[in-house]
Amino acid sequence: MSVTRDTWLMFQRSMRLTIRQPIWIIFGMIQPILYLVLFGPLLEASTRAAGAGTNAYNWFIPGLLIQTALFGSAFVGFGLIAELRYGVVERMRVTPMSRFAMLLGRSLRDVVILLAQAVVMMVIALPFGLRIDPAGAAVTLLLLALIGLLMAPLSYTAGLILKSEDALAPLVQGIALPLLLLSGILLPLALAPDWLRFLSSLNPLTHAADAARALFNADWGNPEIAIGVSITAILAIGAVWIASRAFSRANA
Amino acid sequence: MAAPTRISTARIETSDLRRTFRSRGGAVEAVKGVDLRVGAGEIFGFLGPNGAGKTTMIRMLATLITPTAGEATVAGADLRREPQLVRRRIGYVPQGGSTDPAETGRGELVLQGRLYGMSKSEATTRAAEVLATLDLEAAADRGTGTYSGGMRRRLDVGLGIVHRPSVLFLDEPTTGLDPQARARMWDEIRALRDLGTTVFLTTHYLEEADALADRLAIIDHGRIVAEGTSDELKQDVAGDVITIGVNGAGPRVLGLVENLSFVREAGYEDGLVRLYVDRGELAVPQLLRLLDAAGFAPTSITLNKPSLDDVFLRQTGRSLREEPAA
Repeated sequence: MSVTRDTWLMFQRSMRLTIRQPIWIIFGMIQPILYLVLFGPLLEASTRAAGAGTNAYNWFIPGLLIQTALFGSAFVGFGLIAELRYGVVERMRVTPMSRFAMLLGRSLRDVVILLAQAVVMMVIALPFGLRIDPAGAAVTLLLLALIGLLMAPLSYTAGLILKSEDALAPLVQGIALPLLLLSGILLPLALAPDWLRFLSSLNPLTHAADAARALFNADWGNPEIAIGVSITAILAIGAVWIASRAFSRANA
Repeated sequence: MAAPTRISTARIETSDLRRTFRSRGGAVEAVKGVDLRVGAGEIFGFLGPNGAGKTTMIRMLATLITPTAGEATVAGADLRREPQLVRRRIGYVPQGGSTDPAETGRGELVLQGRLYGMSKSEATTRAAEVLATLDLEAAADRGTGTYSGGMRRRLDVGLGIVHRPSVLFLDEPTTGLDPQARARMWDEIRALRDLGTTVFLTTHYLEEADALADRLAIIDHGRIVAEGTSDELKQDVAGDVITIGVNGAGPRVLGLVENLSFVREAGYEDGLVRLYVDRGELAVPQLLRLLDAAGFAPTSITLNKPSLDDVFLRQTGRSLREEPAA
């Protein structure tokens, strides 16, 4: 099928160009690794002092992976704006190439990159005391892939519409930061006031983070797993739909 | 070249094609009803000042923007109803470049071939052919970011012809190129035409339209103001201008020549007789013989062809020459 073929061609091309400049892949990992190394021990000490029985890293790392996926895919629109400027997107639009493949090929590249980053981070976190359930980690990777398929298409859509880095940067920051703060990734929201907890419960990332924690602890009976995965999957389908419309719209 | 089925000899045919853009300031009519017919295997130049509607027109014909009204057939397919078929049959080289600086020339060409449905080995073979044709072999495996402007432009053209389209659209193909690179690009474009490709190019350079285009249309404010071969357009202006230095014998010379069949208009001024004729190169020898037979020796005789700028000036009241060619 030509959509599959075009998606594969688009994926290969964007992956090749990304790997040619690996600095950006490493750059995307610096911030989460700093959190892991400089913030993790602090969190562990305070949970121990608070007498909580859980492993701090098994609580913290799943959230950190979600955060990496969020920030890794929220900024991909910048790359598309560069491609728009080079004329690459317009050149491809004149070919019979599937518009949907232009979106999906790029998004799948983003997903593969963020999964690779996630695996590296899990490995780095092992000596700190992270315990991994293999099946749980595998489903967590699926969840991260869905977050990538949610955020990357939205970022591409914004890039296509705004066509300017100067306009995209505040938009992405303005959305990603509140999503992060309201997700309970950095600190448990158990201590938060009711209104903050309510807002947090509306944030899909809260449920994704809860699901990831349950998965890391192999807590398979926890309903948050199904809730987190389904919410993210539904939103990802919506995001892909919106973005594929943006890609196929004739560009005035 | 792949021989497309010949339904009619026209490769591009438009009828009352229009495009209106809506912006905050209201509706802007960029193209206001254009009728065009471009034949197979010709270089058709679309000449006009910046902002005249050239790019809107070429982007419409290349399926990038949809017409607001009107009909068009491009490479035998209906632009509105079969854009996917049009895409398969045309090549388009955008104005501002079309390559990623991190990708190699070969990488871009192979991908482009594959996007048009070629297998990996077909696309690789074809990329090598195109690189050889455009003399880019030495740079084929370098990132396009290291290319000179002329090389990058040739690669852009290569990307437009990988799939051997029957119609190639070039938007301002030589803008920003130095004179050598421009002459080289003209040669490449002529070579494509000689292989049977129909080339539709926009330009705001008079010299380019004059030297390169088999036929051309002049567009201003979204409307075609003149169309034909360069020579036809210039002849429509006023014909050629012949100036004869007569050194005081003006009235006598004027009396000799003003009733000749090929002289459209004649005048005498400042010791010079000025004649407007249809075909100057045929008129000069006849004039010389006539004056010689009458025993008159002119001090000088000059023949001036009108330029496309005279055509533009006559049609629009403005000169195109405000922007000098690079």
